[in-house]
Amino acid sequence: MLADKDRIFTNLYGQHDWGLKGALKRGTWDGTADFMAKGDDWIVNQIKASGLRGRGGAGFPTGLKWSFMPKGTDGRPHYLVVNADESEPGTCKDREIMRHDPHVLIEGCLIASFAMRAHACYIYVRGEFILERERLQAAIDQAYEAGLVGKNACGSGWDFDIYVHHGAGAYICGEETALIESLEGKKGMPRLKPPFPANVGLYGAPSTVNNVESIAVTPTILRRGPNWFSSLGNPNNVGTKLFCISGHVNRPCTVEEEMGVTFRDLIETHCGGVRGGWDNLKCVIPGGSSVPMIPAEQCDDLVMDFDTLRGLGSGLGTAAVIVMDKSTDVIRAIQRLSYFYKHESCGQCTPCREGTGWMWRVMTRMVEGRAEKREIDMLFDVTKQIEGHTICALGDAAAWPIQGLIKHFRHEIEDRIDQYAANPDKHGSVLAAE
Amino acid sequence: MSGRHLAKQQPASFEFDANFAALAQKRIAMYPEGKQASAIVPLLWFAQKQHDNWIPEAALRHIGDLLDMAYIRVLEVVTFYTMFNLAPVGKHFVQFCGTTPCWLNGADKIKDACKSFIGEENTITADGEFSWLEVECLGACVNAPMVQINDDYYEDLDEDSFKQLLADLKVGNQTKIGPQTDRVNSAPLGGNTTLIDNTLYDGSMVGGYKSVLKQIEKAEAQAAKAAVAKAKAEAKAEAKAEAKAKAAAKPKAAAKPKAKKTAKPATESKPKLLKAARRGKADDLKKIAGVGPKIEGILQQLGVYHFDQIASWDAAQVAWVDAQLKFKGRIDREDWIAQAKKFVEEGDK
Repeated sequence: MLADKDRIFTNLYGQHDWGLKGALKRGTWDGTADFMAKGDDWIVNQIKASGLRGRGGAGFPTGLKWSFMPKGTDGRPHYLVVNADESEPGTCKDREIMRHDPHVLIEGCLIASFAMRAHACYIYVRGEFILERERLQAAIDQAYEAGLVGKNACGSGWDFDIYVHHGAGAYICGEETALIESLEGKKGMPRLKPPFPANVGLYGAPSTVNNVESIAVTPTILRRGPNWFSSLGNPNNVGTKLFCISGHVNRPCTVEEEMGVTFRDLIETHCGGVRGGWDNLKCVIPGGSSVPMIPAEQCDDLVMDFDTLRGLGSGLGTAAVIVMDKSTDVIRAIQRLSYFYKHESCGQCTPCREGTGWMWRVMTRMVEGRAEKREIDMLFDVTKQIEGHTICALGDAAAWPIQGLIKHFRHEIEDRIDQYAANPDKHGSVLAAE
Repeated sequence: MSGRHLAKQQPASFEFDANFAALAQKRIAMYPEGKQASAIVPLLWFAQKQHDNWIPEAALRHIGDLLDMAYIRVLEVVTFYTMFNLAPVGKHFVQFCGTTPCWLNGADKIKDACKSFIGEENTITADGEFSWLEVECLGACVNAPMVQINDDYYEDLDEDSFKQLLADLKVGNQTKIGPQTDRVNSAPLGGNTTLIDNTLYDGSMVGGYKSVLKQIEKAEAQAAKAAVAKAKAEAKAEAKAEAKAKAAAKPKAAAKPKAKKTAKPATESKPKLLKAARRGKADDLKKIAGVGPKIEGILQQLGVYHFDQIASWDAAQVAWVDAQLKFKGRIDREDWIAQAKKFVEEGDK
């Protein structure tokens, strides 16, 4: 388990001053100019050496992503875009950074922008986070006033401007190219890649989109050294991670823990255990709604990191842990997620636009048991036809929870169908695409 | 996707008041010149704030004019983003989160309370005070169940505290934003399990980076030294090997290609390679019959950019390049060297 001295987000719960004075005392903005004096390549190499993988869900190595930005300049500016469109069900970690430790993020933005030779950074905050973006803006104002950002930021000779932009309630804008479209003032519909944002991004200029947490941990990595960061966790899955544990635990909370902490340690130490005791656990969604669930049998010594969870056919995603106990109607839980994806599909690609609605309608019937058993295979087959056939990963994200459900709880769907069949109502059952 | 339409009854006109007009100008200035369309979402948000929490059609035209955008683009945006209300809502607009994490923790009861206290979804109470809407995940899942009322999050609700909250809002009582229990934000109820070490907050963290940075610099200096030594040793070994290879291959610079075909050199030798094209301009190696874009790419990666480089290869060097290309004998077969020589001569003229 992680010791307090190794935590990066020391004001996670807002129990201390979020402002500049408090942040300075906690060691934020400490030595920023010294790191910048070492040069952009040095910073990128430090982040590469630390083994930091992106905290937004995909786990792509952050240092490598930074190194994709073009070296020379062809007259186009470079941009850093910070993805604070936190909307994945179960996820509420970036919110804590923005409202309680905003200076950590702002310092990270300066360092990352400098490392990628960007003079401007946009932070795209989801529309509903009104207090969060006001707090962030207030912190940015403090930083401007103190000369930490703006012209000659921190006395480094680097000019840097930072802006808070916001969305208006569209999950899809968390996809990096949709976010860029939205930031340009259009509907948030994902773009085809390539070209990748590092070549043609915001306003057609080289851009990098990073998650809030990925950016916010970088100053501490530089301060403590890449060796410190990579010494935490397991090989290839290093560092600390904010976990948001929601659902059926006694004390849900957001907490920073070491990568590779076991699921059991995580919830028993910080959340008071599963509601009704460990044996009452039914399943867990370990990384936000988009990843397939993991049944209780696999939870006994489940390690929470990217590679282990991927090996189990799930994923660490955003480390949003949704715990479900035995009382849960797990079919309904997934059906509600299907509705979410139907609601949030941008409508651009046919498999997703039509498929999410179709899956939701079939799932709704399965919640009641008003279906036929052969439709379970049909549903599974349709999820496979949506997965991988869309521009962005929303199609995959809509398909995976249902695949996880069928894989692990097929018997429950069948029982539900049997129950319904044993008590048929006067309408009888209806077939798939109604 | 969600179907969204403009309200039937619309006010005749809309314009930003002085306050919001100033905010709008400030907002537009945040984006590069010519990219003012970026400000559309914030400006629509201002319009909604000014106009009782919903956006009339006239506002879309006003904003379109301000940003120099076609009205249809504004309509596209306003109907895409679900936070924009296109029809009137109650003075207290309750957005209730019904997504799975909230549902697991009893959001259904909150929904029932909405129905019993306010009425059907999307209808405004007779006094104009309330309306409610089920929305998708609001990103406060560890504080489930929760609702957003106008700008504020109310978290950790149960049926009673939610009803009390609505009652307080109705009569204009002060309400507590955030968790409705004793909990501090997203910390576990009953007290922290982490962040209890006081040395995090007494300023002793400041300055700690200096010793780490020194260590890193020391390690870097050592690594650089080791790298130089290694490079030197390698260069020495390479020079030795090259000399040996030359002796073995008995290079015949003027040898006819025919002779080369038969006399396969015993050893390979690395030709002179360049880091980059001279004066930044590589010759078009594709002119050589047998060299396509792919081989040209490989050659450039190796450090071969010019015809004169190819023209000067001897047998051992051809063998080396051949081994790199993995197209056995192609250089001889297609007589690249003679071709390259021809291009060099043409280039000189």
